[in-house]
Amino acid sequence: MSKQIGEVILDLQNISLRFGGVKALTDISFDVREHEIRAIIGPNGAGKSSMLNVINGVYHPQEGVIIFHGRERKKMEPHHAATQGIARTFQNIALFKGMSVLDNIMTGRITRMKANFIEHALWLGRAKREELAHRKKVEEVIDFLEIQHIRKTPVGRLPYGLQKRVELGRALAAEPSMLLLDEPMAGMNVEEKQDMCRFILDVNDQFGTTIVLIEHDMGVVMDISDRVVVLDYGKKIGDGLPDDVKNNEDVIAAYLGVSH
Amino acid sequence: MSFGAPTGTPEGLGTFPRLLFHHAQTRGDAPAIREKDLGIWQTWTWSDVAERVRALASGLAALGFKRGDNLAIIGDNRPHLYMMMSAAQCLGGVPVPFYQDAVADEMLFVLKDAAIRFAAVEDQEQVDKLLDVMDRVPLLEHIVYDDPRGMRHYNQPYLHDIHALMEMGRIHNRNHPDFLDAEVAQGRTDDVSVMLYTSGTTGMPKGVCQTHAAFIASAQGGRQIDRLEATGDILSYLPMAWVGDHLFSFAQALVVGFTINCPESGDTVMTDLREIGPTYYFAPPRVFESLLTSVMIRMEDAGVIKRRMFHYFLGVAKRCGSAILDGKPVGLGDRLLYGLGTLLVYGPLRNVLGLSRIRVAYTAGAAIGPELFSFYRSIGINLKQLYGQTETCAYVCLQPDGQVKPSSVGAPAPGVEIKIADNGEVLVKGPMLLKGYYQRPDATAESIDADGYFMTGDAGFIDADGHLNIIDRAKDVGKLANGAMFAPNYIENKLKFFQYIKEVVCFGHEQDRVCAFVNIDVGAVGNWAERRGIAYSGYTDLTGKPPVHELIKTCVDEVNATLAHDAMVAESQIHRFLILHKELDPDDDELTRTRKVRRNFVAKKYQVLIDALYGGQATQFIETEVKFEDGRRGKVSADLRIIDAETFPVAKQAA
Repeated sequence: MSKQIGEVILDLQNISLRFGGVKALTDISFDVREHEIRAIIGPNGAGKSSMLNVINGVYHPQEGVIIFHGRERKKMEPHHAATQGIARTFQNIALFKGMSVLDNIMTGRITRMKANFIEHALWLGRAKREELAHRKKVEEVIDFLEIQHIRKTPVGRLPYGLQKRVELGRALAAEPSMLLLDEPMAGMNVEEKQDMCRFILDVNDQFGTTIVLIEHDMGVVMDISDRVVVLDYGKKIGDGLPDDVKNNEDVIAAYLGVSH
Repeated sequence: MSFGAPTGTPEGLGTFPRLLFHHAQTRGDAPAIREKDLGIWQTWTWSDVAERVRALASGLAALGFKRGDNLAIIGDNRPHLYMMMSAAQCLGGVPVPFYQDAVADEMLFVLKDAAIRFAAVEDQEQVDKLLDVMDRVPLLEHIVYDDPRGMRHYNQPYLHDIHALMEMGRIHNRNHPDFLDAEVAQGRTDDVSVMLYTSGTTGMPKGVCQTHAAFIASAQGGRQIDRLEATGDILSYLPMAWVGDHLFSFAQALVVGFTINCPESGDTVMTDLREIGPTYYFAPPRVFESLLTSVMIRMEDAGVIKRRMFHYFLGVAKRCGSAILDGKPVGLGDRLLYGLGTLLVYGPLRNVLGLSRIRVAYTAGAAIGPELFSFYRSIGINLKQLYGQTETCAYVCLQPDGQVKPSSVGAPAPGVEIKIADNGEVLVKGPMLLKGYYQRPDATAESIDADGYFMTGDAGFIDADGHLNIIDRAKDVGKLANGAMFAPNYIENKLKFFQYIKEVVCFGHEQDRVCAFVNIDVGAVGNWAERRGIAYSGYTDLTGKPPVHELIKTCVDEVNATLAHDAMVAESQIHRFLILHKELDPDDDELTRTRKVRRNFVAKKYQVLIDALYGGQATQFIETEVKFEDGRRGKVSADLRIIDAETFPVAKQAA
């Protein structure tokens, strides 16, 4: 691949997260470089989704430092993450089922809308101009993900694989610099997985978006990621290039269930 | 005739490039091409198109494209690909459209056969296919692509973005301002304008060379019969490699000057059809079939009142709709009812189908079931049939307004002569005949007889009204062991009218009785099964369900009952049939790219099933290899049940 992987843009140092007495994450450190595809893998309950939630500000770790674009941040809410260019998708699809694909993707533009609600209600100059510009961007996303044929379809009527694609579309509509994908391929058949892989690679390649993804399908992870971090029971047990991780004994043990 | 349209073809407009530039000069601001892009219909006027074609042609010339070169066109119906056709013609070259969903290996044959040096393709997918076979086609020098998506890392010097080519052409134009006009002026009306490859139901594909004169004559004949107008709209969504699309979306569009509309993607055709509301529409029977199937499925899910109303008014339409369309006398009561039906059912239905502005709709490519055909006419859509083949520019017979019969394909078109050979084969002659097969003088000689008639290979007869009736492919018409005529297509079409049945292959030549393979329509049968609470896991499982067997049996029985009424085909009642465990598919070579059954191939591939049908077995195990779209292979297997249908005694002829 000919893309240029840049500087570290997200650095997580010694992150620990507890829910009461439950240790979800213990002393985890890793970094994410600009333009790379960074995978987080691990068995069920390893803390992968918690890690993602820490990155986008849903959970606040009790210990550790998060440095994003060179600045340390302690407390951050998810909407701050959104305005700073972090977008995400969810493990269980979180779309508005009764709204059309178009409207769902439009919600991804919300942080970029400037006109206030009175302007929108009265359809004044700025609101109209904005709406047209946003609609154009949304149409580009629709074109990119090849979902023109379901533009006006309510999301609840779509098959699972397409809903996943719409969710990716909503995240893309925010024009993020970093995209967090929580199991983008869970529950898909082979063909849908291949399509999704292609879209993820295309996003990374064409827009230079940095991607952090959680995925169970090892084949997929090894194929598309640049670097992989492996979690087990809230601890980091491996980190490196896909091939290194694949041959790491701890990783093999965690996945094959060898007794500890 | 609307304002500004060329009437007749004035002297000096005998080639398509000249027609294009004539439109640009006389009605430059009229819309020529529309395409839906980013959710909005974008319009190119005739002058826009002319400017781009000039740029593309000059760009091609700058790359070294010369008179007599062939230009491969590979992709969906995109405005730039249509423009590339014109660009090649400007330089005296020949566009060769390919079926865009063919895999690389299938393209290889045509690439070699047509000695392709230049290719214009739609996107990365098609570029990849060509790169795959590049080492086996040493002649291929340049590939131009329309959609730059995903092409950033391709840096081969022989790949060109179409916009870069246009820029190159504009510079070439500035430096050599007289070059292109001189090239266009050199074009002669009997030059080859396009090469269309036959789909190859028989043997290897052959390149059919058609001249400007042939396609212009065919397009003018069509305009004369149907009074086509320059203000019309057509949706261009059928493969560009198909003669029908070339006649309607290219030749007629340039001769008449109407607007062609390219859909957003293959999946949005239905939505785009509704948005454009074409005045002129062309579709093979299977499209009309699937439109009807989808309507019927949705009606079954509708409320009781709507459903009753729908079926009541369809009954009214069946009784008097076609007669009203043909302007025949109809009683006042029926007229009033039909008017009410238009308000409540037919109008909204036409609107849902996207056919409310239709002046003329055509179907061709295969025989259409009479019931299906009458259905569309009865709800007020002027659906007509035409008959023709690649070798005749799809222009032999047209049904004139007011003389439409479901059984015939119409009267000979202006300028066409027809006669029936002794063996029943249809022979045709006229200005639309092919110039020849590309580099196959032997095949050309075989297909045109001493008097200059083209042998169509179809068996047919001319009825009392002078209309041509097609029975079947001449070579498919066989005889049962007892000597009775066996026309498989005729029976298959009757079965395919049932929404549950997608495809049928009948066997019976030199056998004592007729047996059949059936492909279910997974949409319709799946919906039917769901409503009855029949659980199934996929296509193969669904075909194995006993209630599905019963369902199909009722269809077969019904067809047998109608066959029994006609002495000619009464012997052809289907005695036994089975439901195939997989859909017949062009990827497995069972259908042609135009989705016609390759009868002999299917018979050979499933010989064991045929043996079981005739051998009297009750079930038969079969395992079949299937090819997936990405080229991988897999296997499907099933125990197929063989079902005995009910047959009926031959009805006494009521004189």
